[in-house]
Amino acid sequence: MTDQTQAIAVQSLAKAFGRTAVLQNLDLAMPAGQILVMLGANGAGKTTFLRILATLTRADSGKALVNGFDIASQPEEVRRTTGVVTHSAMLYGDLTVRENLHFAARMFRMPGREARAGAVARQLDIDRRLGDRVRTLSHGLQKRVALARALLHRPSLLVLDEPESGLDQVAVGLFERVLSDHKANGGSAVVTTHSVDRGLALGDRLVILARGHIVFDQPRTGLDSATLRDIYARYAEPN
Amino acid sequence: MGVLGPIWAIARKDLLLEFRNRDIVVSLLVFSLLVLVIFNFAVELTPVNRFVVGPGILWVAVAFAGVIGMNRAFIIEKDRDALDGLMLAPVSRDTLFFGKALGSLVFMLIAEAVLFPVFTVLFDVDILRVETAVIAAMATFGFSAAGTAFAAMAVNTRSREIMLPVLFLPVISPLLIAAVEATARVAEGGSWSDAAQWIQLTAVFDIVFFVAAAVLFHFVLED
Repeated sequence: MTDQTQAIAVQSLAKAFGRTAVLQNLDLAMPAGQILVMLGANGAGKTTFLRILATLTRADSGKALVNGFDIASQPEEVRRTTGVVTHSAMLYGDLTVRENLHFAARMFRMPGREARAGAVARQLDIDRRLGDRVRTLSHGLQKRVALARALLHRPSLLVLDEPESGLDQVAVGLFERVLSDHKANGGSAVVTTHSVDRGLALGDRLVILARGHIVFDQPRTGLDSATLRDIYARYAEPN
Repeated sequence: MGVLGPIWAIARKDLLLEFRNRDIVVSLLVFSLLVLVIFNFAVELTPVNRFVVGPGILWVAVAFAGVIGMNRAFIIEKDRDALDGLMLAPVSRDTLFFGKALGSLVFMLIAEAVLFPVFTVLFDVDILRVETAVIAAMATFGFSAAGTAFAAMAVNTRSREIMLPVLFLPVISPLLIAAVEATARVAEGGSWSDAAQWIQLTAVFDIVFFVAAAVLFHFVLED
């Protein structure tokens, strides 16, 4: 049995690269249906934390459950229920948008991949570019394709590492709508950003990561931009 | 669909990317054919030594083609961090390994389908026989399996183009030697039994390299 009421349950998670400790005894519990925004300076450990949740990087110690599945012993189930967007597009430049989406659908063993690829492409407003090779698309459009690929298999948790970087205002609006639809359908998301204002706009709950620890963790309710900026400046100086 | 669907999806995607990027396929074939042509002129072939040196030259050309192809297969995965995308699929690392190895295997077999007839014409050695096809398929199986693991390792190094042949060719040389010897026996007009010892050795190397490569691939993909 898996506890799927918790989207993320992390206990004493630690990761070091060489002598540099990136995450130190990190604890975090996030109920399903929540949008958690993680703020932090460069090098705070945000990307490493998300890569561990996505099973791309192995933790040195500690335990993490994603959608009730253990990242160490049930990585395939974790990946099946998680959609991931990182700094890179993770796409094949010489394949078209359609071919990239179909390839991802085949890897997820999805039936009806043509219809589903069309649906996510319409959702991200890239349906007119389905026949274009990815390398001919702008950075912002590639990011939309990456988000479409992350949504393709209807994940219950979205893991989004600075998803708005390089997006224009139209694409940011599109992204907000996608995130809001995802939440309305009962989905959860953990999103990293450097922007306090964007964090407040997107999240139900905000955490600040500094030097591998969570130093601040509060629901958005009652938080204003000035207060959060002050807290962020206090904790999140660059490592 | 089981695991076969994702395995075939990876292999199909790799082949599509290789053939879509025609300059790589063309340069790889030209380079391998050039090896055959240069050796054909450089070595004075006699009715006796053509069976001894010919298969060695053939497998050098095949090995070069294979190394270039496998390097490419992982360089396309590094572009835009596509390998991370592949690793996010809900399949085991073994499935990724089988898919990448199958893509390399098919790619090498296609290259061999061009090289073997050219070799037969240039060296006047008839290797277009069932026995040679079986030997080539067996040797290419082990070569592509081991090469896939080494290519995954080399692609994370700075001088990736150089590192793969430097790391991989010494390791794979026993398999290549077995393939050369088996091909030579058949080229001389020998039967299965004449090449049996080398074919068995190729089979043993196939098993060893396949198992070791699958294990190595797991470690290479982990941070």
